[in-house]
Amino acid sequence: MKAIDMENVQTLLDQFANEPVYIHLETTNGAYAKHFDSNAHNVGAYIRNAEITYERGTIVESDGTYRVGLKTNGWIYAEGITDYEMNENDQLLMAGHDGEGRLMVALEISRTPFKM
Amino acid sequence: MVDFAKHEQVVIIYPHPDDESFGTSGTILNFRDAGVPVKYLCGTLGEMGRNMGTPFFANRETLPEIRKQELIDACNVLDMDLVMLGYRDKTLEFESKYEVAEDLKQRIEAADATLVITFYPPYAVHPDHNAMGAAAFEAVRQMDQDKRPEVWATAISNDREANLGEPDIVLDTESVFDRKLAAIKSHKSQAEGMLRKMQESSNFTGEYESALQRLRYETFYKVDVDQVDS
Ligand SMILES: [Zn+2]
Repeated sequence: MKAIDMENVQTLLDQFANEPVYIHLETTNGAYAKHFDSNAHNVGAYIRNAEITYERGTIVESDGTYRVGLKTNGWIYAEGITDYEMNENDQLLMAGHDGEGRLMVALEISRTPFKM
Repeated sequence: MVDFAKHEQVVIIYPHPDDESFGTSGTILNFRDAGVPVKYLCGTLGEMGRNMGTPFFANRETLPEIRKQELIDACNVLDMDLVMLGYRDKTLEFESKYEVAEDLKQRIEAADATLVITFYPPYAVHPDHNAMGAAAFEAVRQMDQDKRPEVWATAISNDREANLGEPDIVLDTESVFDRKLAAIKSHKSQAEGMLRKMQESSNFTGEYESALQRLRYETFYKVDVDQVDS
C-alpha cells in the first residue's frame, strides 16, 4: 500500500460508482486493549462482503485526516484512512495504520466477493 | 519435572498462527526432542490480525496467505505436524461450540492423543482463545473416560492466578530457546512489532537475552474437564 493520493483515490472511487460492489469495512483497537490497560475498552466492528451500490464516493481531508464516504440508499464511511492500493484482483483497499503499522480501520471495495 | 517421554502423542489446539510459538514452543520442542510426535490443530489463519509487519508489508487481503506461510515455517522449526481447521479469525465464539467440539473430538481420537494443550477459558483474553479452549474442553468431555487424554491449559489473563492459583507446570525453556526464538521469528508479520519494542526499551541487552527474559517460562494448568464450567 502507499500513502493516500487524494486525486488518485477519488478517480478509483468514481470507477466503482453506480454498480453492485462488495464492501469490507472494519475498525478495531485490538483484542488486547483492555488486557494492557484496564481503563481501555475493546471496540471493533467489521462487515465483509456486504453487497451495495453507491451513487457517489468521496474522499475528504482535514487536518491530515482522510475520510471516505459512500452515498448509497444510506451511508457508509470510514475515518482515519492513511494508505491505499489497487490490488491485482482490482480491489480498492484503503486502510488506516498507526505509527507501528497496525491496522486501525479499513474500507475495501470490490466487484467480486472478498475471499473467505 | 515433566517426563516428556511418557506421552505418546501431543495435540495442540489454538486458534491463531503464532499462539503456539509465543506460549508453547519450548514445550513442543521438549516433546519433539524426547521423540514424542506433536500435532497442531490451528483454528484460523489470523485473517483479522491488526499487525501487518513493522513497518507494515501486509494488507487485509494478503495477510491470510502470509500468515499461512509463517505458520508452515514455524511448524518446520518446531518439527510438528500441522492441520489448519479453516475457521475464520474473530468469529470462533459465534460458531456452535458443540460442532467445533465434535470436529476436535474426532481429530483427537484419530490421533490417539495422550495430551491435549489448549487455552484455558475464560482466562485467555482473546475471544478466539477462549472459544477454542472451551470447544477443546468440550471435545474431551465428550470422550469416554478411559480414552481421554490429559489436558494442559494456557491462561494469560491478568486475573489468572487470583482465580486459578499457581500454575501446575512451569517449564524453563532456556535449553531450547534458540529454536523457540526462531519459531517466533517465523511469524514475521506478528513478531516484528514486539522485537522492535524490545530493542527500543531502555534495558535492551540483545535480542536473544531480552526475548529470553520475557518468554523463558511456559506455564500450564492441568485441567479435569469435568471440574470446570467452560
Ligand atoms: Zn492468539
